[in-house]
Amino acid sequence: MVHRLTDLTKNQSGTIIGFDETDAGLSIRLREIGFAEGDNVTPLHFGFFGKNPISVRVNGALIALRRDDASAILVQTQTEARI
Amino acid sequence: MSEVQTLRLALLGAPNCGKSSLFNALTGGKAKVANYPGVTVEYRKGEFGLADGKTVELLDLPGVYGDCGHSMDERVALDAVRGDLEGERAPDAILFMMDASHINTHLHNVLQAKNHGLPIVLVLNMMDMAARDGITIDIPTLEKELGIPVISCVAVRISGRAQLMEYLEEWGGDVSFGSAVKPTEEGGSLKEIQERARSITRSAVSRVEQTETFSQRIDNWVLHPVIGIVILFLILFTMFQAVYTWSGPAMGVIEWIIAALQRGAAAVLPEGLMTSLVVDGMIAGVGAVLIFLPQIIILFAFILLLEASGYMARAAFLVDTLMAKVGLNGRAFIPLLSSFACAIPGIMAARTVEQERDRITTILIAPLMTCAARWPVYFLIIGAFIPAAKIGPFSQQGLVAFGLILIGIFFALIMAAIFKRTLTQGDSSGLLIELPSYKMPVFKDYLVGLWDRGMIFVNRAGRIILPASVIIWVLATFPTKLNGIAGTWAGKLGGMIEPILRPIGFNLEIAISLIPAMAAREVAVSSLATIYSIAEEDADTKLSALISSQWSLPTALAFLAWFVFAPQCLSTFAIIRKETNSWKWPLFAFGYLFVLAYIAAGLTFHTATAFGL
Repeated sequence: MVHRLTDLTKNQSGTIIGFDETDAGLSIRLREIGFAEGDNVTPLHFGFFGKNPISVRVNGALIALRRDDASAILVQTQTEARI
Repeated sequence: MSEVQTLRLALLGAPNCGKSSLFNALTGGKAKVANYPGVTVEYRKGEFGLADGKTVELLDLPGVYGDCGHSMDERVALDAVRGDLEGERAPDAILFMMDASHINTHLHNVLQAKNHGLPIVLVLNMMDMAARDGITIDIPTLEKELGIPVISCVAVRISGRAQLMEYLEEWGGDVSFGSAVKPTEEGGSLKEIQERARSITRSAVSRVEQTETFSQRIDNWVLHPVIGIVILFLILFTMFQAVYTWSGPAMGVIEWIIAALQRGAAAVLPEGLMTSLVVDGMIAGVGAVLIFLPQIIILFAFILLLEASGYMARAAFLVDTLMAKVGLNGRAFIPLLSSFACAIPGIMAARTVEQERDRITTILIAPLMTCAARWPVYFLIIGAFIPAAKIGPFSQQGLVAFGLILIGIFFALIMAAIFKRTLTQGDSSGLLIELPSYKMPVFKDYLVGLWDRGMIFVNRAGRIILPASVIIWVLATFPTKLNGIAGTWAGKLGGMIEPILRPIGFNLEIAISLIPAMAAREVAVSSLATIYSIAEEDADTKLSALISSQWSLPTALAFLAWFVFAPQCLSTFAIIRKETNSWKWPLFAFGYLFVLAYIAAGLTFHTATAFGL
């Protein structure tokens, strides 16, 4: 099942399976800073108000982004990937 | 043309990968800051020699991830590489720097950079840290897969740069700069380039997944939704306290030197106008501002430490929600924090804010951050009217200064919210920043940065405040000072604007000092020093003592309130004009700040008077 990065809970890992291309500029920015298909992502920290922004570990780097932007990253949870 | 062209290398790479460390290490920190017509591009240019005597020119560019240029400074970096900057030739080759620990995330950036059509070398920096993080990189395989040379580097150590230097020596003899290493183009979409990059890292990089790195353990506290904000507040609070409590001894020394200079000049020079010009005009004026150098240095010592350690991006993360409420994002925090030193670098740093309307909003509120030029005014008035006593462990003066700063921030946020609903409407861009691993700042880079900022302040004292002091001295001396300041040109000029300022509690001396303060805000202090110094027989009397005896407390408080909002200096005005490429925004900023300052000073004066202060 396709989830959005924002559906993951703290410390729950997922694998990127694609990007929501509604905002093409956004998906380019996400790619350039280091998100790509197949990468493992794990949300680590959440902001105080409305759990926004979030910080995500990807390939050993830590990237901070807003929930709106994070939801453009489509993921599969690890358990699903195994099935 | 017989002129031998020096090799020109551009340092390209993501933010925080150590470009500036390498730049400082190679060039010894001696840099020219280049400016170009149209946009105020700031990047550093420096030189270093190779063993065979050849010179290499190095460009330190703003950090950039890909080749799209989403924000203004990214576009500038890319234009520099492409040779699209007016009056600058394109570099001969690119040194692409990458934090080795982040090779998995960033490798596609170097593939994108191959398409600039220049010879390119990948410099993997911080190899020692990568090893510590369990990352092993097979360099020969990487070179083969990328089709470009790869150099392993630890920029901050001589031994760590040895391989790079060796490589440059080899290249150095060839002005065409090794056309052999000009890379093949990388075709395909960004997605395809990423796929290629990921497959290269799979074959050349092995990474042992760390359970919890040092940075992660710190981040559990620093990025905690509640504790993190408390830590941020404590850091800022400590910073402003330190500015007051640590600077005392150094200020005493500077004060003593200034007084000694005045006595010396008075003894050497013949009695009369000449002495007055030097003692009351030049030394009093410049000295009144230079005395605050220790405080400026301490302020920057903190800001640079926060930047170099990797904390600044965390601060952006923590304040993002607050910024979102007023329609900005956490990225705007960094330009705003720089504005505490000076609005000019702050306004220029707003180039990292992606959305144009967000950039404009950031620029408009940047002058509300208490810049270093306003510190002398605060220091003077607080020093004159607030007792140096302590409340618990805290300096009372430090608390007042912190309060003034908070007022500035508070109104900046309110104004931003108003602007976003009116002038700069529209969606704001997201945050999207990398939180770099924590690192110990490199001592040399730290000192170079501190020295640069200190020198900017000292140079301003020479370039702006010295001439301004001389002008003020002339105006405050001629045609006659027999009837005190009122009979002089300065008195007449001040008298013209005084009626406007009297309702908010300002006296003639303040009215006079506000005119030249447009050149730079700290000139208000040097002008007051000159005005009072001429009027006083005893040149040694301290300005703060004079002011505390001659001004009422409501007037002093109104003066402080004025400077919380004070319309910016002319250079801020000019930089807004340049960065927005229109007269509309600087005029607007000037107007709204003037209105705010007037209202704030008036309210303060009348409230304080009503309370019988």
